[in-house]
Amino acid sequence: MSVLTTQNLKSFYVLNIYGAKKVVKAVDKVDLEIRENEIYGIAGESGCGKTTLLKTLYGLIKPPLRLIDGKVFYVRDGQEIDIYSLSKEERRKLRWEYIAYIPQGAMSVFNPVIKLKETYRDFLDSHLTGKTKEEVFDMAREHINKLGLPVKILDAYPHQLSGGMRQRVAIALAALLKPRIIFADEPTTALDVVVQRGVIQLLKGIQEILGNTIVLVTHDMGVHANLTDRLGIMYAGKIIEEAITEEIFGNPLHPYTKYLINSLPKFGDTGSRESVPGNPPSLVSIPSGCSFHPRCPYAFAICTEQMPELFDAGNHHKVACWLIKEGKDAKDAIVS
Amino acid sequence: MQKMQLFLEIKNLTKEFFLGSIISRQKITAVDNVSFNIKPTEIFTLAGESGCGKTTVARMILGFEEPTSGAILYKGRRPKKGEKVWFTQGMQTIFQNPFETFNPLRKVDCYLFETVQNYKLARDNKEAQELIDRKLKSVGLSFEEVSGRYPSEFSGGQLQRISIARSLLTAPSLLIADEPVSMVDASIRMSIVNLFKNLEEELSMSVLYITHDLATAYYMSGQIAIMFRGNIMEMGPVEKVLMNPKHPYTKLLRESIPEVDPSKKWRGEIAFSNIEHEEYLREGCKFAGRCPRTMDICKREAPKAIYVDGVLVKCHLYCSD
Amino acid sequence: MPTRQIMKELFKDYRFAFAFIVLCLLVIFAAFSVFSPYDPTFWFYAPRDLPASWTHFLGTNSKGQDIFWQATFAIRNSLIISVIAGVISRVIAVMVGLIAGYRGGMTDRVLMFVSDGLLVVPLFLIIVLLAMLIRDKMNIVNLGLLLAFFGWAWDARVIRSQILSLREREFTQTAILSGTRTMNLVIKEYLPFITPLVFSTLINNMSWAIGMEITLSIVGLTNMDIPTLGTMLQWAISYQSLLLGRWMWLLTPIILSIFLFIALYWLSVSVSEYLDPRIRIQRVGVE
Repeated sequence: MSVLTTQNLKSFYVLNIYGAKKVVKAVDKVDLEIRENEIYGIAGESGCGKTTLLKTLYGLIKPPLRLIDGKVFYVRDGQEIDIYSLSKEERRKLRWEYIAYIPQGAMSVFNPVIKLKETYRDFLDSHLTGKTKEEVFDMAREHINKLGLPVKILDAYPHQLSGGMRQRVAIALAALLKPRIIFADEPTTALDVVVQRGVIQLLKGIQEILGNTIVLVTHDMGVHANLTDRLGIMYAGKIIEEAITEEIFGNPLHPYTKYLINSLPKFGDTGSRESVPGNPPSLVSIPSGCSFHPRCPYAFAICTEQMPELFDAGNHHKVACWLIKEGKDAKDAIVS
Repeated sequence: MQKMQLFLEIKNLTKEFFLGSIISRQKITAVDNVSFNIKPTEIFTLAGESGCGKTTVARMILGFEEPTSGAILYKGRRPKKGEKVWFTQGMQTIFQNPFETFNPLRKVDCYLFETVQNYKLARDNKEAQELIDRKLKSVGLSFEEVSGRYPSEFSGGQLQRISIARSLLTAPSLLIADEPVSMVDASIRMSIVNLFKNLEEELSMSVLYITHDLATAYYMSGQIAIMFRGNIMEMGPVEKVLMNPKHPYTKLLRESIPEVDPSKKWRGEIAFSNIEHEEYLREGCKFAGRCPRTMDICKREAPKAIYVDGVLVKCHLYCSD
Repeated sequence: MPTRQIMKELFKDYRFAFAFIVLCLLVIFAAFSVFSPYDPTFWFYAPRDLPASWTHFLGTNSKGQDIFWQATFAIRNSLIISVIAGVISRVIAVMVGLIAGYRGGMTDRVLMFVSDGLLVVPLFLIIVLLAMLIRDKMNIVNLGLLLAFFGWAWDARVIRSQILSLREREFTQTAILSGTRTMNLVIKEYLPFITPLVFSTLINNMSWAIGMEITLSIVGLTNMDIPTLGTMLQWAISYQSLLLGRWMWLLTPIILSIFLFIALYWLSVSVSEYLDPRIRIQRVGVE
C-alpha cells in the first residue's frame, strides 16, 4: 500500500542575480512510489539533488526553488491528496501529524535559551489543544522513555548535551505526534561512528514502534545497508536505480552504483579501493544524454545522445542504463 | 641512539580546562597523562569519539595551546618559550571542514602563492607557479583547474586535496590531518586516504592521522592509539589493535563501523553517555559507565597501562593477572 | 572584476541609479562654484529679494546675494565637511576595530574603554561646547575634523565584533599556517568581509555629519560667513523668510538637503547589498 507517490516531479532553482540567469535542475523527472511500513533510502553523492527532492516531497518550496512540473500525492485514509493543490494552512496541519521532517544538522534546531522540554511543549501545543502544562510534559517524558532515551535530558539546555545526543532528541521530536511519514536528511553526517550507530538504532526503533514509513537521505552506503528496506540511487537530479537493499548490494546493475559500493572501505581488506572517477556534474550544466556518460567506463554512442528511462530488469529491480537495457550485443553492434 | 630517531615525543601531556563560573568551577581534564612517540616516517593514528581530546593534543603539538603539564620534544629538544613550533619544525595541518579551510571571498590560489612567498620557496612568480603545479599534480589536480577560482566552485573532496597540496608546499616533516575525510562523501573518502598513504611513502614524512572512523584507520599502516575522554586506552600496531582488539572500548568502536553488507546488520543495542562532562568527572576508569564488562574495581581505581602481546592496554581486565 | 561590469550590475538597482545620478548632479552643481561671478562672503552685491530671472536663476536673498551661486558654494562646503568627517572617522574606526578584535587582551580592553567613553558622553553637548570654544577658528576643515573625532566609536565596536567571529573561523588558521603575519592577515583576510560595513557606515556617517552641521548652524555655532547648507538655512530663517514668503531662499537648501539625504541613503543600501559577502558568494561562478 503506497503512502507517497510522485509523478514526473521537476523542481528547479531559478536564480536571477544581477541579470544573469542560472537554472539548477535539482530534481529532474522523478517518479517515486513509497510504501507504508518500510524504510526507503535515497543515496547519492553531494550535489545530486537529494535534499531538494526531500524538500519538494515535504512541500517546502520557496523561491528560488520552484515546482516546474509534476505532482506529489500523499495517500491518507485511502484518498490521494495532491499537496501542491492544498492551501498553506491545510499543508501546515499535515505537517508533524502526518509527515515530519528532520533537516540536515538537526542538532542545531533547538532554541539555546530554553530547556528541551519547553521545545517539546511548543510542538505539542501547536497541534493539540486543551492540555495543561504538566500533561504536556508527561506526554513528552513518556515519548522519550519509550524510545529508550533517558528522561532527565528533557530538563537540560541544548548546550549541556553532546552533539550526538541532541541529534537523537531532534529525531525523537519528529516522531512526537506519530507521523505516518518521516523524512530524514543526512541524520548521521558529521557524527562519530558510535553515535551514528545510536542514531540508526533510534530510527529503527521508531519505525518498529510506529509501523510507519521513513524516507532516509544520505551519501553513506554503510548506513543504507544497515537500515533501509528499499533503496533508490540518485544522480544529477534523477533516480537511476531502485531495488530492495539486498538486491542493490548483491547485484548492482548501474555502473555508478557499482562504483559507489566498491569505493567503501571493507574492514580487514587492505586491497586498494577506487573512488568514482571524475567529479559529479554541476546541476547547472548537466551532460547531454545519460548524465553519467562522461565518467562511465562503458559509455557508448547512444549514451551521449539520449537519457535512458527507468525500466524493470526483473525482480522489481529498476535501472536506467542503456548497457542493461540493450544488452551487451547491442553495444558491440554499435561499436563495430 | 634510539631517541635521536624519534621525530616527536609526547611525555605525560596533560591539559585541563575549567568550566563554570566563579561560584562553581569544574575541572575538565581534556588530556590526561598522554604519552606516545612518532618516528620520522610513520603514520600514527589517533582514534576516538569526538570529545576525547585528540584535537586538543594536535593543537598542543602545533603550539596553539599550552599544556598544563608534561612535555613535547621535537627531535629531542624542548621548544623555547613563544617559539612558533609549527614554523620551526615544519609541521602543517589539514582541517576537517574543507569549506571552512579557505576564505570564501578569496581565490584559492592566493593561499598557495602566499605559502610559497612567506616560506621563500621560489625566486620568482614563474618558479612559484611551477612548484604549485607540481604539488597540485601530486594530489590529482593541476594549476589550470585551480587558478583564479573561488572555494565555492569546488567540491569538498577537491578542496581537501587543495588543502593537502598547500601543506605539502613547505615539505613538512609532520602532517597533522584532523578528521580529513569525515565531511567528505563516503564514496570519495578512500581516494583521499590512499593519497595520504602514497604521500607518506613518496615524501618520507610523518602523518598524524586523527579520526573517529576506524574503517579508514585500518588502511593506514603504522601505529594507532585509541583515546577516550583524554586517556589512551589502547596503543600498538594497527594490525594488532584493530584485528584483535583487547580493550572493550576498542571493541565497541570496531563493531560500530557500518558494514557495507545488508546481511551483516548490527545486533544488540549499545549504551550511551548522556551528559558529556559527567564522564570526564568520573573517578576510576572513565569508560566504566558504558563498559559491558565493568567490575567493582573499575569504578574506584583508574587502571594502569601494561603491555599485552606488544600492545599497550589500560584496562583492569588485563591488570589482574 | 572590471569596473564597467560592476557599474552595469549596480545600475540595475533603481535605487543605485537614482542615487548615483543625483549625487553626480550635486557634485557638478558644487563644481559650478568655481565659475561663480560673485564672492560668497560679500553681501549686497545684487538687489535684494528679486524673484527668479535670467540674470539671477533662483533670485536673490535679503542679504543681496544670488541664491543660485550661494547654493553652489553651500553644496560644495557641506559635501567637503561630510567627506572629511566620514573618511577620517572610517579610518580610525577600522584601525581600532581590527586591532582590538584581533589582538584581544589588554589592547582590546583599553581601546574599547576609550571607544565606550566616547559613546556615553552626551555628544551634542560636547560638540556644542567645543564649537563654542574654537568658534573663531571654525572653518569647514576644522568642523569636519571635529565631527570625525566623534563619529568613529560606534562603528569601531561593530567592526570589532565582526573580527572576533572571523578570528575563530578555520581559514584564519590556514592563513597563519601559510606564514602570513598578523597585519597582513587581518587586512587580506578580514577586510573583504567588513567592506560592506565600512561603506554603509561611511555613507551614514556622511549623512550624520551634514545633519550635525545643519543643526550647529541653526544654533549659530559655525562660522556664519561660510556658505553651507546649514548656514544658508539659518540666514533664511533669521531673516523671517517663512513669514515673508521668500520661498526661493528657504526652499533651496531644504530641497537640496532632502535630495542629498535620500541619495546617500539609497547609495548606502544598494551598494552594501551588492557587497554583502553572502550575495557575493552566490554570484561567484555565475559566468
